[in-house]
Amino acid sequence: MNSRATEDELRSVARKLRSHSLRMISQAKTSHIGSCLSVADILAVMYGRILRVDPRRPDWPDRDRLIMSKGHAAAITYAAVAEAGFMPAERLEGYARNGSQLYGHVTHVGVPGIEFSSGSLGHGLPVGTGMALAGKRAGAKWRVFVVMSDGELDEGSNWEAILFAGHHQLDNLTIVIDYNKIQSLDAVDKTLRLEPLADKFRAFGWSPREVDGHDVAALSTALEAVPLEKGRPSAIIAHTIKGKGVSWMEGKVLWHYRAPTPDELVTALAEVAAS
Amino acid sequence: MRTAFIQTLNELADRDPRVCLVVGDLGFSVIEEFAQKHPDQFVNAGVSEQNMIGLAAGMALTGKIVFTYSIGNFATLRCLEQIRNDVCYHRANVKVVAVGGGLAYGNLGVTHHASEDVAIMRALPNMVVVAPGDPVEARLATRAVVALDGPAYLRLGKAGEPLVHENEPPFELGRAITLRDGTDLTLIASGGMLATADKVARTLAAQNLGVRLVSMHTVKPIDREVVARAAVETAHVFTLEEHSIEGGLGGAVAEVMAELDPGHAPLKRIGLRPEFNKTVGDQNYLKSLHGLDEESVLKTIQQIIARSYGRVG
Repeated sequence: MNSRATEDELRSVARKLRSHSLRMISQAKTSHIGSCLSVADILAVMYGRILRVDPRRPDWPDRDRLIMSKGHAAAITYAAVAEAGFMPAERLEGYARNGSQLYGHVTHVGVPGIEFSSGSLGHGLPVGTGMALAGKRAGAKWRVFVVMSDGELDEGSNWEAILFAGHHQLDNLTIVIDYNKIQSLDAVDKTLRLEPLADKFRAFGWSPREVDGHDVAALSTALEAVPLEKGRPSAIIAHTIKGKGVSWMEGKVLWHYRAPTPDELVTALAEVAAS
Repeated sequence: MRTAFIQTLNELADRDPRVCLVVGDLGFSVIEEFAQKHPDQFVNAGVSEQNMIGLAAGMALTGKIVFTYSIGNFATLRCLEQIRNDVCYHRANVKVVAVGGGLAYGNLGVTHHASEDVAIMRALPNMVVVAPGDPVEARLATRAVVALDGPAYLRLGKAGEPLVHENEPPFELGRAITLRDGTDLTLIASGGMLATADKVARTLAAQNLGVRLVSMHTVKPIDREVVARAAVETAHVFTLEEHSIEGGLGGAVAEVMAELDPGHAPLKRIGLRPEFNKTVGDQNYLKSLHGLDEESVLKTIQQIIARSYGRVG
């Protein structure tokens, strides 16, 4: 997977990931479409340009590790590993269906390409930190990326790991925060304010960078530059829009919960295709 | 037990660079030698148990054999969901070690009384739960959990427990050790209560009772066969543990016996009452309040046996 996708290709993959997620969530009548749409461009860039992984060898010891810590964005995560070649896209039909292995929160069992099961927030970063520590001590070339949500930063376990990773100078660890500004019940700012977020990371010994999380060029530039500073873990704060790509879903808490009806699916897919 | 554990872990780490130790800022005068000899295999996670377990799971998923180390409830309950999801669900090769199992830190307070940990760890899928009975078993159990590919919980007492085994017995996870045989009653003990059970067994044997003494060092998976045989071949079964009578060794034995055909021996669970301690005391003092001292245990057993003879007579 070292072939470098063009920006057009990345945008095309992001559209595919959004379309898959919309279909999967609409058909399975599950939640979290807004969280999938906000992280689509991040995942497209990760798999298209950043991650050194080999779909033919999901257990390749020298692979980069991507942990999807915002496990509720499961549909798009499965879509991303399918589009990256880890499994046939037909398997996505089984998402959240009886008898399938694609649970409604990211699950590794029986799903190649998924490093770690998540769904309870605040688990991915400590585990990624442990991987990064082991990799660092072994002098390994592979890197660890953890994709997180903004609401997830309420979890104390993350700050335990942020403190640890900064102290241990784990510059082989990068987090990407899908900062879509909306959490489960309300806006992040009205729930538990994260700002000034970059300052917090800097104070914990990390190297933060803020980017437009829907600009594949900006995301690529930032992620290709990690570690942003030697001896510091990197925090890419990706400013995104919840529900991005479907105008009537954007910025609305409702789409953390509701599944698009078949009619809504048609208009949503049309919007994504035209984007 | 703590000393036997850390010495054994040191030896194992000498031979196998995969063996790592992650501590939650605890282990003063215990872990120093390991940390000095194996700096690349040692991590102090700080006072952050959730991260400690997450780190351990992450390290294990890259091929390490990772021991985490803290005091009873901090090692288990504080980070329970990390143990469930990160370790057990992923079958990560993490060995959760708790020191101070039961009332070992008696006068430090209820926060430090590990009285439900076995029940809770036992409920987790993929988890093997081991509570060695003396320093010999602690050494053997440490080796056994390293050889096991997957999660384990190792519940230790503190330092200075008496030796029960004179020699190293054959040791296999999930296989109880029978130290003495008889048909009048069976004492099944786990953890530090093995020493008490051993003394009580000797006293009862001197009174011409045939006593079977079993060390159930692995509480999960429990040795069903040994429990079933005790229930059928001996007239009484007693469990002894420094843990709540709910859900630990006594609970596990009760589950096995409840599904046996009718007509087996009755069971008495001897352990901690399922309540918070209200009185300050050291381990021995608090154990005596729960009837776990040698004299109280003996009395409990003798009363039950006398009652049953009364019924027969």
